[in-house]
Amino acid sequence: MSDKLLEVRDLLVRYESRRGPFRKPSAVRAVDGLSFDLRRGEVLAVVGESGCGKTTLGKAITRLVGASGGSILFDGRDLLKVEGSELRRMCGCFQTIFQDPYESLDPRQSIFDIVAEPLLIHREASSEAELRARVHAALEAAGLHPAEEMARRYPHMLSGGQRQRVSIAAAMILEPELIVADEPVSMLDVSIRAEIIRLMLELRERNRLTYLFITHDLSLAWMIADRIMVLYLGKLVEIGGADEVIHGALHPYTQALVSVIPVPEARSRSGQILLKGETPSPIDVPPGCRFRARCWKCAELGGPAICAEREPEPLPAGEGRLVACHFAGTHL
Amino acid sequence: MLLEMQDLCVRFASRAGDVQAVRGLSLSMAEGELLGLAGESGSGKTTAAMAIPRLLPRNATVAGGRILFDGEDLLAKGEPEMEALRWKAISVVFQGAMNALNPVQRVGSQIAEAILHHEAATGRDEARRRVEELFELVGIPAARSASYPHEFSGGMRQRAMIAMALACKPRLVIADEPITALDVMIQAQILNLIKRLCSELGLSMILISHDLSVIAETCDRVAIMYAGRLVETGGAREVFESPAHPYTAALLGAFPNVNKERVFVAGIPGNPPSLIEPPRGCGFYERCARRSPGCDEAEPASVDLGGGHVAACPLARGGSR
Ligand SMILES: Nc1ncnc2c1ncn2[C@@H]1O[C@H](COP(=O)(O)OP(=O)(O)O)[C@@H](O)[C@H]1O
Ligand SMILES: Nc1ncnc2c1ncn2[C@@H]1O[C@H](COP(=O)(O)OP(=O)(O)O)[C@@H](O)[C@H]1O
Ligand SMILES: [Mg+2]
Ligand SMILES: [Mg+2]
Repeated sequence: MSDKLLEVRDLLVRYESRRGPFRKPSAVRAVDGLSFDLRRGEVLAVVGESGCGKTTLGKAITRLVGASGGSILFDGRDLLKVEGSELRRMCGCFQTIFQDPYESLDPRQSIFDIVAEPLLIHREASSEAELRARVHAALEAAGLHPAEEMARRYPHMLSGGQRQRVSIAAAMILEPELIVADEPVSMLDVSIRAEIIRLMLELRERNRLTYLFITHDLSLAWMIADRIMVLYLGKLVEIGGADEVIHGALHPYTQALVSVIPVPEARSRSGQILLKGETPSPIDVPPGCRFRARCWKCAELGGPAICAEREPEPLPAGEGRLVACHFAGTHL
Repeated sequence: MLLEMQDLCVRFASRAGDVQAVRGLSLSMAEGELLGLAGESGSGKTTAAMAIPRLLPRNATVAGGRILFDGEDLLAKGEPEMEALRWKAISVVFQGAMNALNPVQRVGSQIAEAILHHEAATGRDEARRRVEELFELVGIPAARSASYPHEFSGGMRQRAMIAMALACKPRLVIADEPITALDVMIQAQILNLIKRLCSELGLSMILISHDLSVIAETCDRVAIMYAGRLVETGGAREVFESPAHPYTAALLGAFPNVNKERVFVAGIPGNPPSLIEPPRGCGFYERCARRSPGCDEAEPASVDLGGGHVAACPLARGGSR
């Protein structure tokens, strides 16, 4: 067995978009040529400002949106090319946990029905008794006790944390290999986040899971991930070990993001790098480095021509790290 | 003191019974202070703060207490008197208001209208000039006042809401979760703006946030609520460096801190109590790892730790950690 669960190569995902009734449709390049490996058993955190393509990446991997190019190799086969029954089988291997436990659970379904649904769709339970046993086991494993009573409830009867446990139980029931968790705790109160994350990590140990953990919260990514991948406008900016990326960021964008991570300490912050403005639209991606217009380092260097002319490719920068910047290097 | 809230109680009528959202809250704030009001959702932050300009929902009743603003009890004022204070003395950046701007009206004219509404003596040209000044003050180019809300990014809309709150030169601004739902970089920009405005204009502000790290970095003083009560208040440095209440300590421990060792945060198992039948004793009793028998019987007395640092827990006296 390879130590790589997925090999994502040059992945492209475009959305057709029409801005205004008289404009020509233009393509939103949500994921714009992304390559990375997902290692078996790891937690890979995907971070970046909103709109950088995190959700789209997760959806492309689980085939909830179609890709316009590239490949995703899984066990030597290209996920983007499988169809029909094989696709259905593969989908069982890849599950998603979404951000909003209020929206993602159907309010008319009982907890039992929600958690049983994947088994029914994939015809995985051979009898009513097996179905029941597996649903109850999944609920228990997700910390919903007593399972029999929880199974009879409806989403509105549960707290936010409990609902997210239901999403986890439903995602785990087919014993997937990969879980794409898209901001799974962002809607939850801080005091209960830890328990949900701990549960997810425990289940990883027990079920040998791999996580693609999408979050905008860098300190959370740092705490739970083995590696962190930073995206900007659909492209890889930097990838590496979680601690290395947070404490030794090499890309000016990562350095800026890290410099504004809130910490629960009362002291005035020094060394904040405040980027001006917000992420531009992925419709009109400028030539050269797409981060250039907001880049403090480019400005500091007096706007080197290469930044405007050539798109920086991710290049190796030490142990297991890639950085896409012509002037990558440690801080100031 | 600019503001003194004494023993405030607020209830909401609901089908399931009365929700005791704020249960005897006492807080004070000096002129020019940036006070952080923190606590997990449902702890009563919004309710307590909106009681000040008396902008509570219809089903709310202020069941007791006083709110002294400049020495005068706001709860004793008639509605016209109160209306004269809103915006001009006390203004609010409502949670989520940046998404509630009128989509078919230019942002600048929405703010100009607010000015004209609250200051009848102002003329249109004067109002327009004020809007342009306000825009510059909050970091939006004056020319953008002719834009529509959808032409603004989230960060700019929030800046515009702050401009609107400042339009009539208030002394106290209440900002309810002003950076929640914004991107980290924009959050940092807005927090810097808030700090700058407070120091440049000598403004007093109550910054409400469920995020302790946001408050830690921004505020001079902090008040932490739980289940409708104040559990701890004090200078930001004292409270964050030596939290005296087990809830404050636990909540602080629930945030990862990239400046410290990379450990898994603990979280706080359990849920807050029902506020329809709130517990007799300490609201945190059920989830408290350091409770002792008796904590659930009577409301814990406030322990004064000096220098304005107060915690509602008997353990506070021992200098808990
Ligand atoms: N269904 C869609 N149609 C058109 N554009 C979309 C759609 N979903 C996302 N986008 C755009 O694609 C880009 C990436 O979005 P998304 O993957 O949601 O980013 P993130 O999760 O990092 O916030 C954004 O510019 C977003 O506006
Ligand atoms: N209009 C309302 N009707 C009934 N209950 C309410 C209303 N508004 C708030 N509450 C309840 O009052 C309590 C405090 O709410 P709130 O002040 O909004 O807390 P916070 O701002 O700290 O999240 C919560 O239990 C909430 O459910
Ligand atoms: Mg997303
Ligand atoms: Mg609130």
